[in-house]
Amino acid sequence: MIRGTIIVAQDTCKGCELCIVACPQDCIEMSERLNVRGYRYAQLKNDTCTGCVNCALVCPDVAITVYRQPKSTSKKIQPAAAVA
Amino acid sequence: MTQVIEGMELVYEKPQTMTDAYLHYCPGCGHSVAHRLLMEVVQEMGIQDRTVGVAPVGCSVFAYNYMNIDMQEAAHGRACAVATGVKRVMPDKFIFTYQGDGDLAAIGTAETVHTINRGENILIVFINNGVYGMTGGQMAPTTLIGMKTTTSPYGREQATMGYPLKITEMISVLPGAFYVTRQAVHTAAAVRKTKKAFEKAFEYQKLNRGTCFIEIVSNCPSGWKMTPVESNEWMEKNMFPLYPLGDIKVPTQLN
Ligand SMILES: Cc1ncc(C[n+]2csc(CCOP(=O)(O)OP(=O)(O)O)c2C)c(N)n1
Ligand code: SF4
Ligand code: SF4
Repeated sequence: MIRGTIIVAQDTCKGCELCIVACPQDCIEMSERLNVRGYRYAQLKNDTCTGCVNCALVCPDVAITVYRQPKSTSKKIQPAAAVA
Repeated sequence: MTQVIEGMELVYEKPQTMTDAYLHYCPGCGHSVAHRLLMEVVQEMGIQDRTVGVAPVGCSVFAYNYMNIDMQEAAHGRACAVATGVKRVMPDKFIFTYQGDGDLAAIGTAETVHTINRGENILIVFINNGVYGMTGGQMAPTTLIGMKTTTSPYGREQATMGYPLKITEMISVLPGAFYVTRQAVHTAAAVRKTKKAFEKAFEYQKLNRGTCFIEIVSNCPSGWKMTPVESNEWMEKNMFPLYPLGDIKVPTQLN
């Protein structure tokens, strides 16, 4: 399994929730707190992110930066995953 | 500055061809996605200092605040005429207009049609959200039959208000139109396709063979009085049947 993560620019997010719909891993949720502009903001709710970039592609406010474990490191776990 | 995470590779960040300005668009509005895709393509093609955009009147009137390239504001509906002038003075620059449906298909219909009829070597980006967003969600030429807007409170009625104007199909028959396509930006897959269309359009501009026209069927959560998620679902269900996505005219011969 490829591991990834996102960083959401809290005060840029407008809480539109489009990233939540776009995420195939269901790993984004809205915050309970409000940001400086009065919006709830997107945040990771678990560690299942694969860094697929889908959330960032649909985010109108370009609030999401996406990271992924490099192929060389993720390869180590890949053979087992391929067998399963 | 983009944060560095140890052991992780950066796979997506905001393009440097966008300014740091906070986008004024309503939450979930497709305008910002279209802005970003244009700027991603400009960055990847390395043409930031050779691209000039023409901004419209409408919600995207401030496009020049977000796109870190040279831009010119046009009077309402006149972006294609302005872009014609800019391109003719600087034929080696990449020129695009960015216009809403009120701007392009109502007040600017004449400029749009004649610019394409002359086969001006520019890219026209047309955001079709079915309403006048900026002024409070009035009916546009592209408004669907039955669709409620502030100026069609009982729904658009064909007998008195006419049919939705499929201007993209209309202009596609003009010999001056080189590449005509209809796309969307509401899902990751749609975003990827739209980006490809922008890439093609900028590449085609190097050939000097006519006008490229990219319609983006988009949402207006505020004008439609829906949440962003609802507006995208409504768009798929109601807009796409009348405005189907896909290429309408593709170049048959590239050289
Ligand atoms: C000459 C002139 N007429 C009318 C207006 C008022 N006006 C401003 S924006 C707009 C329509 C914008 O709608 P659209 O092009 O669909 O863009 P959107 O706001 O939906 O992105 C109108 C009629 C104006 N600014 N100038
Ligand atoms: S898509 Fe962007 S603006 Fe919308 S909730 Fe997610 S991070 Fe925030
Ligand atoms: S009014 Fe509509 S088109 Fe304008 S920014 Fe808001 S959602 Fe977008």
